[in-house]
Amino acid sequence: MLLENESGALSRVAGLFSARGYNIESLTVAPTEDATLSRLTLVTSGSEDVIEQITKQLNKLVDVVKLVDLTEGPHIERELLIIKVNANGAMRDEVKRLVDIFRGRIIDVTETTYTIELTGTSDKIDAFVQAVRAAGIVEVVRSGVSGIARGEKNLRV
Amino acid sequence: MELTGADIFVRCLADEGVEHVFGYPGGAALHIYDALYRQDKVKHILVRHEQGAAHAADGYARATGRPGVVLVTSGPGVTNTVTGIATAYMDSIPLVVFSGQVATSLIGDDAFQEVDAVGITRPCVKHNFLVKDVRELATTIKKAFYIATTGRPGPVLVDIPKDVTAHKCEYEYPKSVTMRSYNPVLKGHPGQIKKAVDLMLAAHRPMFYTGGGVILGEASGALTDLVRLLAYPCTNTLMGLGAFPASDPLFVGMLGMHGTYEANMAMHECDVLIAIGARFDDRVTGDLEKFCPHARIVHVDIDPASISKNVPVEIPIVGGAEAVMRDMIKLIKASKKKPDKEAPAAWWKQIDQWRAMNCLDYDHDSKLIKPQYVLEKLFEITKGDAFITSDVGQHQMWAAQFYRFDKPRRWINSGGLGTMGFGLPAAMGVKMAFPKETVCCVTGEASIQMCIQELSTCKQYDLPIKIVNLNNRYMGMVRQWQEFFYDRRYSHSYMDALPDFVKLAESYGHVGMKIEKPGDVEGALKEALKMKDRLVFLDFITDQNENVYPMIAAGKGQHEMHLKPCKAVVPTDRELA
Repeated sequence: MLLENESGALSRVAGLFSARGYNIESLTVAPTEDATLSRLTLVTSGSEDVIEQITKQLNKLVDVVKLVDLTEGPHIERELLIIKVNANGAMRDEVKRLVDIFRGRIIDVTETTYTIELTGTSDKIDAFVQAVRAAGIVEVVRSGVSGIARGEKNLRV
Repeated sequence: MELTGADIFVRCLADEGVEHVFGYPGGAALHIYDALYRQDKVKHILVRHEQGAAHAADGYARATGRPGVVLVTSGPGVTNTVTGIATAYMDSIPLVVFSGQVATSLIGDDAFQEVDAVGITRPCVKHNFLVKDVRELATTIKKAFYIATTGRPGPVLVDIPKDVTAHKCEYEYPKSVTMRSYNPVLKGHPGQIKKAVDLMLAAHRPMFYTGGGVILGEASGALTDLVRLLAYPCTNTLMGLGAFPASDPLFVGMLGMHGTYEANMAMHECDVLIAIGARFDDRVTGDLEKFCPHARIVHVDIDPASISKNVPVEIPIVGGAEAVMRDMIKLIKASKKKPDKEAPAAWWKQIDQWRAMNCLDYDHDSKLIKPQYVLEKLFEITKGDAFITSDVGQHQMWAAQFYRFDKPRRWINSGGLGTMGFGLPAAMGVKMAFPKETVCCVTGEASIQMCIQELSTCKQYDLPIKIVNLNNRYMGMVRQWQEFFYDRRYSHSYMDALPDFVKLAESYGHVGMKIEKPGDVEGALKEALKMKDRLVFLDFITDQNENVYPMIAAGKGQHEMHLKPCKAVVPTDRELA
């Protein structure tokens, strides 16, 4: 959704979800090329009726300028993962190979750790995290999902 | 010429056409109060507690259709208004609440009388603002009134830090505002309206179910025209009473938990339900699984989120009640298909049988004062033309059942939030707006004590309200539920040590009357209503054991009404428990 880039706008969205008992699975937000607008991608789940009600309630918020349900059409979802893993002994090479297979990048190296960045769908990221688990995960940062519709369709004011 | 924020604030109110502001001063609002002192366009009414200010402004808005305005200080000033704001929010009442805030430089420092007003009120306002720059003040105020009064109305809070009220800038009040993210729809979709009309004309057992949205949308005239054109039965929700004249034979009474037997049975049996400006509240629907099992439903509402929220509907129409019903009337008049005469005749016959149950009947020979009797007499003596505000509980239901409203905006009660303490301050707001009209507050000895301090405001501003206190020494509705559902364990629903309300009224400078016998009810009401320039507190000592009937127990269907125990045809006490 496109949101007025004003203080408090995000808390209205978050507050609506908690007040009405909806679940936020992930939420990403940042300003757009138009500084007065933020773009927010929110992942939630529920029956068709619940999603319809969430959509209507969000549209009622004065700060919500425009909203689409990306899952109604073909769309692209991406999430960024930054992960720090142990890289010792034989695992040092193994982790490197896994990074290549998943088309990630190692962005920081110490004698005992790698810090890796990876983008993709949430499934791909889940799979990668699972794959490097054996090496020993030090910490995980996930951005949450950002999404955009495929083709000509767009979300603009 | 540059003006201070405080002067700009007052000028904005005057330019917006605000005549009355209900409020209470305090540190963060002092610049504004000083500006109020130096002008005479906007009249300020000093309440005794900020909750009273919010309810008074709310009552004013409900009675007039114009936004109610509240002015309070920061911290406890604004937290005290929260119940009032939530009350207005649940019933979609246009309210603009201005709160003082600590200076912008102090925000976040836990300064004296600082609270996050915008944060605290966020879940119970339509929108709110924190004004950080005096140059934004006028536009923000314009936006606040615009948002509060358009679309589905609601309360808007504007939080104004003290330094903003001291800073100066040029004043210009915008004539209008547009907001890219806020564009309420008034006109209904023609295709949907056509579909709805076709369905309505083909109905065998039609039913109009209309709510507060008809009153808020100034659509009572359109509703009356539409219902009379089709000669279909019409029920109003608690919030919608007065939208369709209660004296019209097409009116079947209020529906819901304490609605009439005929209204609820007709809801259950109807084949086409036309819902207008009503929100399928749980007190109306009862068990959703059993709700209107045979009906195809049309729902007209200005708020898309109200449609199919609790009950899925076949024909949703987003739009203002007035515009949509006027379009429906045009289509029906132009339509060649006329409503089938025979089917509705059979339907009316059935409804009349339900009516004959006389579900609101009560014991007229009682030696104790029956609360229903007091309200019947009040209705008779005021010729059904008074403004009636109420608090919350049994007395509220009896007022809704026994005071038959023919006009909109005469019945002023907290339906959604169910706020005890609403009645007296709301009556002040109504009386302020309509000084020459009769304004009665129907209340109980528990509710009235929640905002009793406003008797002092009534004295200061000479507001001769008539308080009809149905005093049964119990929180009646709580006691009733305890009797039905908790095996008569009356836990904390009895109030010991009640004040002597006559002396209490007198100590505030008003007239108090205590009425203990049924034979004295009529005389007392007449005497009180004759005292045009005095507030009269009528303390009726009523039958403690009286319950509100009929009743649909929570979780039951509309057809499972519990009538008076003496003539129970549907579930008995035991089944209810």
